[in-house]
Amino acid sequence: MATPKLSIEDKIFKNLDGSDDWSIKGYQKRGGYDGLKKLLTTNPDVHIAQLKESALRGRGGAGFPTGLKWSFMPKPDGKKPNYLVCNADEGEPGTCKDRDILRYDPHTLVEGMIVGCHCLGAETGYIYVRGEYYDESSRLSQAIDEAYEAGLLGKNILGTGVNVDIHLHLGAGAYICGEETALLESLEGKKGQPRVKPPFPAGFGLYGCPTTINNVETIAQVPPILKKGNDWWCQFGRENNHGTKIFSVSGAVNLPGNFEAPMSITLKELINDYAGGVIGGWENLQAIIPGGSSTPMLSAEDCETAIMDFDGLREFGTGLGTAAVIVMNKDTDLLRVMTRISAFYKHESCGQCTPCREGVGWVFRLMERLSRGEGTLEELDQLYDVTKKIEGKTICAFADGAMWPVQGTLKHFRHLFEEKIKENMKKSA
Amino acid sequence: MTTAKSKATKTKVKIVSPDLGHHATDVGLEFSKETEAKIKRILKRYPEDKAQSAVIPVLRLAQDEFGGWLSTSAMQLTAERLGLPYIRVYEVATFYTMFNLKPVGKYHLQVCTNCSCMIRGSDKIVEAVKDFTGISKNGEMSDDSLFTLTEVECLGACVEAPMMQVNNGYYTKLDKEKTLQILDALKKGEEVETATPTTPMKDGY
Repeated sequence: MATPKLSIEDKIFKNLDGSDDWSIKGYQKRGGYDGLKKLLTTNPDVHIAQLKESALRGRGGAGFPTGLKWSFMPKPDGKKPNYLVCNADEGEPGTCKDRDILRYDPHTLVEGMIVGCHCLGAETGYIYVRGEYYDESSRLSQAIDEAYEAGLLGKNILGTGVNVDIHLHLGAGAYICGEETALLESLEGKKGQPRVKPPFPAGFGLYGCPTTINNVETIAQVPPILKKGNDWWCQFGRENNHGTKIFSVSGAVNLPGNFEAPMSITLKELINDYAGGVIGGWENLQAIIPGGSSTPMLSAEDCETAIMDFDGLREFGTGLGTAAVIVMNKDTDLLRVMTRISAFYKHESCGQCTPCREGVGWVFRLMERLSRGEGTLEELDQLYDVTKKIEGKTICAFADGAMWPVQGTLKHFRHLFEEKIKENMKKSA
Repeated sequence: MTTAKSKATKTKVKIVSPDLGHHATDVGLEFSKETEAKIKRILKRYPEDKAQSAVIPVLRLAQDEFGGWLSTSAMQLTAERLGLPYIRVYEVATFYTMFNLKPVGKYHLQVCTNCSCMIRGSDKIVEAVKDFTGISKNGEMSDDSLFTLTEVECLGACVEAPMMQVNNGYYTKLDKEKTLQILDALKKGEEVETATPTTPMKDGY
């Protein structure tokens, strides 16, 4: 059965396609900031309880329950401030949803930051945007100024006694800063190298103060959930995977784009009904990466039945990640693409942990050589073995994310390597 | 031992980087008044004793002000302005890829060649850039110093692939023709509208 498309009323990002006015006027016309005063006069504990019940799961890749994360924050003790930090360091290959939020609907994030700060007892919020999103940040910066002028930011917002200041902070090009503790290091003006956890940011975060870090989409989704209620939110998607979600569909499709759709939509519907279908038709499909470059790919066969939510994709040994769907049709040189992804991880390793610093480069070089057919069949086993030895052996999840796509390639497309190797052996014989 | 010693005294040590070790003030480098005003506003975003947080934005201002790259003096100046040891600035400048540690052309052409762009033909964009500029290798600058080509990692505009970033602006949904048009206009000194036309941030970064 087809999943019904979202009506404009049910969409959280009503201007995701950029067809309407992105400024505060446009946002207010679309219903933005309505009911904000009520949210700011309601006890934060009530909000957090509702978020827990809504089963909102983080949209940045890990899918951690947002309400639970927010409940870890201590009440402000008057000695140390609490902080809310928005992670807009979008860099997972294939992912570009936050970019369109920042440039087309920036006030959804601003409103989310105001409500988020209130919920978390924070008076200051930082939005860490990847350094390359300059025009996008400029739009967001103007949106923040508009909110100050309208009395929606600053001291005593709308007479509620709530004080919130938001600051923008641009990075300078480092994928690892999307890892939350690396992001905090970077925000403190250091190299973006992840911290050892525990302590977790809720106890020891930015400048050693209690901090919560959330993705752009997650923060922007909070006000609509709190305003419209859990019955509304939970009508979309399956249990524990509720709500709406932005899917970035790129690669070999006829109409690539960012689409807000109900969770638990089937992958096939997403490709055919939203993204204009696979170039050359569904039969021309080779494989799909379902959630950004770190998630293992799905074979064309898996794509027939895969359901796009956290639990649905886990059944196929992969994950929803950032919901960045990268489509490869039969005209795509799959091994070349996957080798390029390995090169990306080699470039982006922060260099802190030995298995990652050395191993990711090692895996890339092996991928490069084997994808040209230079090597032996035994080395394919060795490649898999090495990925297993790197996975789970580092401070952060970067190395895991670097190994999973390689494992996925070997799982579904080992025969492509084998063909090339055998071909090469024949030639040299 | 004596021979080694006499040899050492005869050989003069060549300093590769001419301004290595100099303080910014020694070479007369300083921020313009406009940049200084921006730095003051940037510093207000962070707690008073956390000026280090401003390293990245101030380095980006420095890069813009001093020719699109960071010389040792520019990093030194940044360190002095923020009251930090030089190494704290140097390690940041060398960690993040957007900081150029050698001169780049007036237009820094950063072509994404990661997965989504590759699938949609980024090879042709790189080729078009090379043909137009005469650059033969990734990372090189053209003879007229107008262009530098760098193949970069995913720039997060995957649904508009293939794409490239020129200085701070994105150009998306490219093909060979569109790329050549953009390069031609830039060469003539014309402004080319980016994918998201807007007013730049008032604090610069």
